[in-house]
Amino acid sequence: MRVTQGTFSFLPDFTDQQIHEQVQYCIDNGWAVSIEYTDDPHPRNTYWEMWGHPMFDNPDAAAVVYELNECRKIYGSYYIRIIAFDSSPGWESIRLSFIVNRPSEEPGFKLSRTEVKGRNIQYSITPYSSDNPQGSRYK
Amino acid sequence: MENEGQEKDSEIVTEVNLKEDFQASGVADILSELDNSLIGLTPVKTRIKETASLLLVDKAREKLGLVNESPTLHMSFSGNPGTGKTTVALKMANLLFRLGYVRKGHLVTVTRDDLVGQYIGHTAPKTKEVLKKAMGGVLFIDEAYYLYRPENERDYGQEAIEILLQVMENNRDDLVVILAGYKDKMDKFFESNPGFRSRIAHHIDFPDYSNNELLEIAEVMVASMNYQFNEESKKAMAEYIKIRKKQPHFANARSIRNAIDRARLRQANRVFNNSKGPIGASFLSQIEDIDIRQSRVFSGGIDK
Ligand SMILES: Nc1ncnc2c1ncn2[C@@H]1O[C@H](COP(=O)(O)OP(=O)(O)O)[C@@H](O)[C@H]1O
Ligand SMILES: [Mg+2]
Repeated sequence: MRVTQGTFSFLPDFTDQQIHEQVQYCIDNGWAVSIEYTDDPHPRNTYWEMWGHPMFDNPDAAAVVYELNECRKIYGSYYIRIIAFDSSPGWESIRLSFIVNRPSEEPGFKLSRTEVKGRNIQYSITPYSSDNPQGSRYK
Repeated sequence: MENEGQEKDSEIVTEVNLKEDFQASGVADILSELDNSLIGLTPVKTRIKETASLLLVDKAREKLGLVNESPTLHMSFSGNPGTGKTTVALKMANLLFRLGYVRKGHLVTVTRDDLVGQYIGHTAPKTKEVLKKAMGGVLFIDEAYYLYRPENERDYGQEAIEILLQVMENNRDDLVVILAGYKDKMDKFFESNPGFRSRIAHHIDFPDYSNNELLEIAEVMVASMNYQFNEESKKAMAEYIKIRKKQPHFANARSIRNAIDRARLRQANRVFNNSKGPIGASFLSQIEDIDIRQSRVFSGGIDK
């Protein structure tokens, strides 16, 4: 099951050239661009690991694509996303976030139903991959 | 986005107009600016014009589908201090931008200290930060040979060199690297670092300036700061050049710039001490020969 999160989530995965162009758009708007990765695709997992610092002073998007490829060398089987922060409101707010790398196999989510008081049903989802401990979820 | 790509593919280019490209790209402007703003440097200017033509033709060939490899653009500028290497690098960055070989055209100037760290694990991130900053433009490494210290086998410079070489090869479309420094030291550096030698396509030598050229440079500098020489002060400047050139630490045009800065200081003092009433622009911008002749150089001393 293909995980969809963030901007462009219903488009096919971007090529590096397309990533470059989107990132350049962010940089030209003065946003700081950051790379993050995780092997926990649960939609409520908002805090992914940071790959290095957010990049503030690189005028060209090639710098981000370079770091993305460095990140892929180590976390190529993880989810990797690019986040653009805008500080112009006076705090860092996310303007754009999109997935740029995903595991080759995405087993999807288990939906469980729990019957609670009054025959109500509580739903919860769990990524099948999180049965395994962190770091050994994707190949 | 996808559509645009398809359109481009279907649009087959069969002709190019070099003269039009030359004018439209603004390359012509930069070359004539190079000619006008820099005194002397004839061999350098010639090399740059040749390189510009080559790159312009290469771009045209690319449009017609005759080349698909991007050319190696990394360069080395060798010459003594103050011969205009940094100044020309700035123009080169702009030129490469106009020709469409770098996307932004900025120049990032660094030396060993900006690339090499102090402890294990410090160098790689430092070098990468610099490289990323330079992407889209030109990275100018001044006195590049200090990266290589064979006498110390654990020197972190080697780590920076390896990352540089990798990026120079793999990210050829993302940045151009210019290595600069003294000619003899650069030659030795290339001898012991074949990796650099093979990745650098253009070697440009910067000759020392003649006395006349230095005097002309002095005039250009003075004029650009809205000052002027008169007959006597120009003569004093010519004499200054003759003496200063034989002294240690002479740095071509940079020594001239420093001499002029000091002359301005003395001029300011003189003007201030002698002024009793209102004075005009011409008085404020006149450099007299006394402003130059008071230099230590005329009494056997050494100017930096
Ligand atoms: N040919 C020239 N004409 C006019 N000014 C020059 C020329 N060459 C160098 N200069 C000036 O001399 C100074 C030193 O030049 P720079 O490019 O820093 O030399 P380098 O990098 O070779 O040490 C700068 O202020 C520059 O503007
Ligand atoms: Mg210099």
